Amino acid sequence: MITFDSVSKRFPDGTLAVDDFNLTLPSRTTTVLVGSSGSGKTTLLRMINRMVDPTAGSIRIDDDDISTLEPVKLRRSIGYVMQNSGLLPHRTVADNIATVPLLSGVKRPAARTQALELMDTVGLDRSLAERYPSQLSGGQQQRVGVARGLAVNPNILLMDEPFGAVDPLVRSELQQELVRIQKDLAKTIVFVTHDIDEAFLLGDQVVLLKTGGKIAQVGTPADILANPADDFVNTFVGADRGRRALRIEQVSGRQVVVDGTGRIAGILNDGTPT
Amino acid sequence: MTWVLANIEQIWSLTLDHILLSVPPILVGFLLAVPIGWLAHRYRVSRGVLLTVCGLLYTIPSLALIVAMPTLLGTKILNPANLIVTLTIYAIALMVRTATDAFDAVSKDVTQSATAVGFGGWRRFWQVELPLAGPVLLAGLRVVSTSTVSLVTLGALVGMSGLGYLFTNGYQRNFATEILTGIVGTVLIAIVFDVVLVILGRMLLPWARVDTAARRNAKTATTKAVTA
Ligand SMILES: Nc1ncnc2c1ncn2[C@@H]1O[C@H](COP(=O)(O)OP(=O)(O)O)[C@@H](O)[C@H]1O
Ligand SMILES: [Mg+2]
Repeated sequence: MITFDSVSKRFPDGTLAVDDFNLTLPSRTTTVLVGSSGSGKTTLLRMINRMVDPTAGSIRIDDDDISTLEPVKLRRSIGYVMQNSGLLPHRTVADNIATVPLLSGVKRPAARTQALELMDTVGLDRSLAERYPSQLSGGQQQRVGVARGLAVNPNILLMDEPFGAVDPLVRSELQQELVRIQKDLAKTIVFVTHDIDEAFLLGDQVVLLKTGGKIAQVGTPADILANPADDFVNTFVGADRGRRALRIEQVSGRQVVVDGTGRIAGILNDGTPT
Repeated sequence: MTWVLANIEQIWSLTLDHILLSVPPILVGFLLAVPIGWLAHRYRVSRGVLLTVCGLLYTIPSLALIVAMPTLLGTKILNPANLIVTLTIYAIALMVRTATDAFDAVSKDVTQSATAVGFGGWRRFWQVELPLAGPVLLAGLRVVSTSTVSLVTLGALVGMSGLGYLFTNGYQRNFATEILTGIVGTVLIAIVFDVVLVILGRMLLPWARVDTAARRNAKTATTKAVTA
C-alpha cells in the first residue's frame, strides 16, 4: 500500500506542481493517474521512488516513511517504465533487462537466464536478445522497458505514459498484454496517462487530476462514469458529448449497441457466452 | 629515395622520438579533459569559467609557451618535458569543449531512467554517461591526436628531436628531399594513430555503428515513404 499524506511539491523555480495531495493506493491493484499535460502526474510518480522529494507532507510504502529510505536502494526495489523506454542504447536487449539485477549483485548467468524468461513474459521473441534497442520497433522497445521494470520482481511498478509514443494498434496490443501480465503477477501498479480510455481499461482505481495535482475524482471506472463529480469530470470522460452514452437499436432481429455519435459499438448478447 | 635509404636509421630513430613525444600529451590531455568537460557539463557556474579559460589557452602562441616553459617549470631548456607539457595544455584546451559537448549530447531520458532504476551517481557516470559520450569523445580525440602529432614538429625549432628536425635541417641545407621526408613521415604517424583510434572505437563502442546505421535506415525509410 502506498499512502500520500498532504504531499506538496514546489520546484525551485516556484512552480507548485503538486498541492496538498492525499491518496491511498491499495496493494496488488492498478491505480491510474490521469490528467492533461502539466497536471503533476509525473511529479507524483517520481515522488514514489524519490526521484523528486516532496517539499511538504509524507509518503509511506506500507509502514515505512520513504524519506527514511536510501534513494538508490529504494529505486532498485521499484520497477520503472517510461515513455521513450529509457533503455540504455549501448547495451543489448538481454543486458538492458538484466540491468537492475546486475546492479544489485546477481551473477551474470543467472541474470541472463532470468532476462530471457522475462522476454517470454512480455511477448518478445528470444532471438531479439542480442539486438541493441535502436534495432527494435517502438512497440518492442516498450516491451523491453516493461521486462526491465519487472526484472527485480518488484512489488511496485511505476509506469509513466509507457505506451504514449507508439501507434494506436500497437498501443492496444501492449495494453492487453499488461492486463494479462497483471492478472498473473498482481503488482501494485501506478500508471500515468493522459488518455481516459486507457485509464478506464487498466485502472482498478482511477484518479482524475486537475492542474497542481488537485484530485477531481477518485473511484473505479464504473463509479466515475455513473457519478461524475462535476462538469470537469464530465468533460474529461467524454460524457458531455454523449460519447459514453450507448443505446440499443433493433437491426434485423438483433440488438445492436450504438454510441452517442451514431457509430456501432457492438452487438448485444442475451447473456449466453459465445 | 637514395637519401632516405642511406639515412633510414636516423629517420627511424627520429620517428620513434616523434611518437614518444606525441603519445603523452594525447593521453594525458584526454584523461584530464574528460573530467573537466564533465564538470563544465554538470555545473553551470564552472561551465563559463572552464570553457573561457580553455579558449584563451588555445590562443597563446605555441612557440611562446614552449620557450616560457623552462621558467614556468624550472626545467632545463632542452628537457622534452617543456614540449610535452605545452602540447598537453593544447590538447586539454582543444578537448574540453568537445568533452563538454559529448556529455551534453547524452540523452536526458536515458540518464534519468538510469537514475530511476537505481544507478548511483558514480556508477551512472562510468556505466552510462561515459560510454554514451564515447562517440563524440572519440571524434575529439582524433582531432587532438592529429594536431598533436603535427605540433611536435615545432620542437625542432628549440632543439628537440622528432621528424621536425628534418624540416630545420633540410631548410638549412636547402635540401627538399629531406623536408619532404619529414612531412610524409609526420603524416604517416598521424594516419597510423588515427587508424588505431578508429579500431579502438569499434572495439569499445560496438553499439555506436549499429545506432547510426539504424538511424540512417530510419531516415531513408521515411524519405522513401515521403517520395513514394
Ligand atoms: N524540474 C522541474 N522544475 C520546474 N518545474 C517543473 C519541473 N518538473 C515539472 N515542473 C512543472 O510542474 C508541473 C507538473 O509537471 P509534471 O509532473 O511533469 O506534469 P505531467 O506529468 O502531468 O505532464 C508543470 O507545470 C511543470 O512545468
Ligand atoms: Mg508527465
